[in-house]
Amino acid sequence: MVNEAPRTLFRKIWDSHIVNHTLEEEQILSVDLHLINEVTSPQAFEALRLAGRTVRRPDLAIAVSDHNIPTLGRALGPTDPESRLQIDTLEKNTIEFEIPHIPLDSEWHGIIHVSGPELGLTLPGMTIVCGDSHTSTHGAFGALAFGIGTSEVEHVLATQTLRQKPALCMLIQIMGALGRGVTAKDLILAIINRIGTAGATGHVIEYAGAVIEDMDMEGRMTVCNMSTEAGARAGLIAPDATTYNYLRKKHFAPTGSLFDQAINDWQYLRSDEGANYDTIVTIDASEVAPMVTWGTTPEAVTTIEGTVPDPAREGSSTAKHQMEIALEYMGLKPGQPLAGLPIDVVFIGSCTNGRLDDLRSAAAMIKGQTVKNTVRAMVVPGSSSVKAQAESEGLQKIFMDAGFEWRESGCSMCLGMNQDQLGPNQRCASTSNRNFEGRQGPGGRTHLLSPAMAAAAAIHGMLIDIRTMP
Amino acid sequence: MTRIFTQLTSIAAPLPLNNVDTDKILPGRFLKTISRTGLGRALFYNMRYNSTGDEQPNFILNRSPWRNAGILITFDNFGCGSSREHAPWALMDFGITCIIATSFSDIFYNNCFKNGILLITLGREECEKLMTRASTPAQANFTIDLLSQIIILDDGHNIPFTISKEKRKTLLTGQDDIETTLAYLSDIKSLEKKRPGWMPHISKDLIL
Ligand code: SF4
Repeated sequence: MVNEAPRTLFRKIWDSHIVNHTLEEEQILSVDLHLINEVTSPQAFEALRLAGRTVRRPDLAIAVSDHNIPTLGRALGPTDPESRLQIDTLEKNTIEFEIPHIPLDSEWHGIIHVSGPELGLTLPGMTIVCGDSHTSTHGAFGALAFGIGTSEVEHVLATQTLRQKPALCMLIQIMGALGRGVTAKDLILAIINRIGTAGATGHVIEYAGAVIEDMDMEGRMTVCNMSTEAGARAGLIAPDATTYNYLRKKHFAPTGSLFDQAINDWQYLRSDEGANYDTIVTIDASEVAPMVTWGTTPEAVTTIEGTVPDPAREGSSTAKHQMEIALEYMGLKPGQPLAGLPIDVVFIGSCTNGRLDDLRSAAAMIKGQTVKNTVRAMVVPGSSSVKAQAESEGLQKIFMDAGFEWRESGCSMCLGMNQDQLGPNQRCASTSNRNFEGRQGPGGRTHLLSPAMAAAAAIHGMLIDIRTMP
Repeated sequence: MTRIFTQLTSIAAPLPLNNVDTDKILPGRFLKTISRTGLGRALFYNMRYNSTGDEQPNFILNRSPWRNAGILITFDNFGCGSSREHAPWALMDFGITCIIATSFSDIFYNNCFKNGILLITLGREECEKLMTRASTPAQANFTIDLLSQIIILDDGHNIPFTISKEKRKTLLTGQDDIETTLAYLSDIKSLEKKRPGWMPHISKDLIL
């Protein structure tokens, strides 16, 4: 078309999925893929049944239990009856409504945000939804991916669409290059520190710039994964050769001439020159250092060289009060350095950092060393395929020789739904994405950081700057 | 059918915090249920009870008159974090059907309206004012009138609020979103016909 106004990547995917262009406030968005889990779906299926409705497009959905499953003794299944009922309910519902279901013992099993991309289910230009806020992960492929609630899950099951107001668009441009020992996790934590946990509310964030272009798909997924921690509805990265190469030969990705056709379509999936953003943020990557959170929200983060901030310096009384609560909960004092803080538990896993590359970088950090005897350390691979590959590369041996527990795939201690929980006052170096009060277990104290930083903390029994290590 | 909301007169409980996340509203270990009801007792669990399961006497919802609050006043970014609709279900089961804040997180916002919970966004100053009133038992009774879009205080003052036409209509009529969407079924189908051939269809036999 001539003189077509320049559009953002978000707008292009959005526009091509609007069902009826005459609607005003809320649009009806066609959904290309619906990911379903055991925790946020039972009430949706139940409501569907009560209303006598069916699932419109079971061929565009896939279900997996990932949140509430044991990561040890998988063959026995969950021991508590409530968890078992939830997992069985998902299986029953998928049979009744003829939805594809990945069982726990499948080689495809995993946290859906890890397995989906590995299977090639996540492709550029698609709309993807899931009853889970970290659905933003899939934006790394240039797919528009939203986390939704259970009533919306029901709506998608019944209609294969979602009702939404169009989002605002934020461009985060990351210039320069990341330094030694600084990872995608540190970058996204630095971004959240800069814009705040509500900084991108109502927005879809598009990440661009040299650092993103040079980043592999795993790093891009880590960045997009935590977009939701900045309040964003979704994260987005324009697909490029890195994306195409990752997708080649993935199970559900197209092959042969269909793949060529897809690449043809995907070339168009980038923001036009002159496209209008509601907000633009520029980050200099060379200023990013290894990050670690000190508080109970992901924006409460500083560099590993940093110290715990002083509530007395906070402007508003709410912020001051809240920081005091957070420091009390975390057992920290203003001015205390983060490096050197003793750690009780190390958790390496989750949909943020449970991928093969994450395990590789953690393993490289600990090879030939032993976990400090005061520390309980565990690795929970993000998927069965990550686990299998890590085992074939010898990573499992490195972890186990060092004294790490080696588990089956699942969400595990990221949200502490199963028995993988922190005890009261236990301090944890965690590669997950949320440090909320009680998230990893009642009274547990979470410090978010990168896999390499978590691994180093396990060896030294404390938070440590990996750049100062030999 | 969504629960209908037109007017509510109730005690308002002050929760003067920013970034109250859905893990705080309902901790993860209570997500094992397959039902929507019964979560009220676990609302704000870690703030409401101590480690032995006894009530924390200082927590606002454990104190009179706020034990019976139907309205909650809070500050920025309420409901951030997990998409769990169990958080609004727990609020509703407890009896809270209106929340007033300076801002809400996106997914939580939608989740609440789907359950007939009214969320009102006000400026910081107005929120502070309501927070102060709610903290004083004799002034903590508010009336929320969605038809005329005002909050009526017991000193006779009114505070107007705005809300999207669509969300207002959903609450006032209890309209079923699925029904409304399915009115566009032919549009939905014709868009699906344009779906590119390279997008995956997941055949059931592939998995089982
Ligand atoms: S790993 Fe954690 S953040 Fe990711 S889906 Fe599971 S519970 Fe959610």
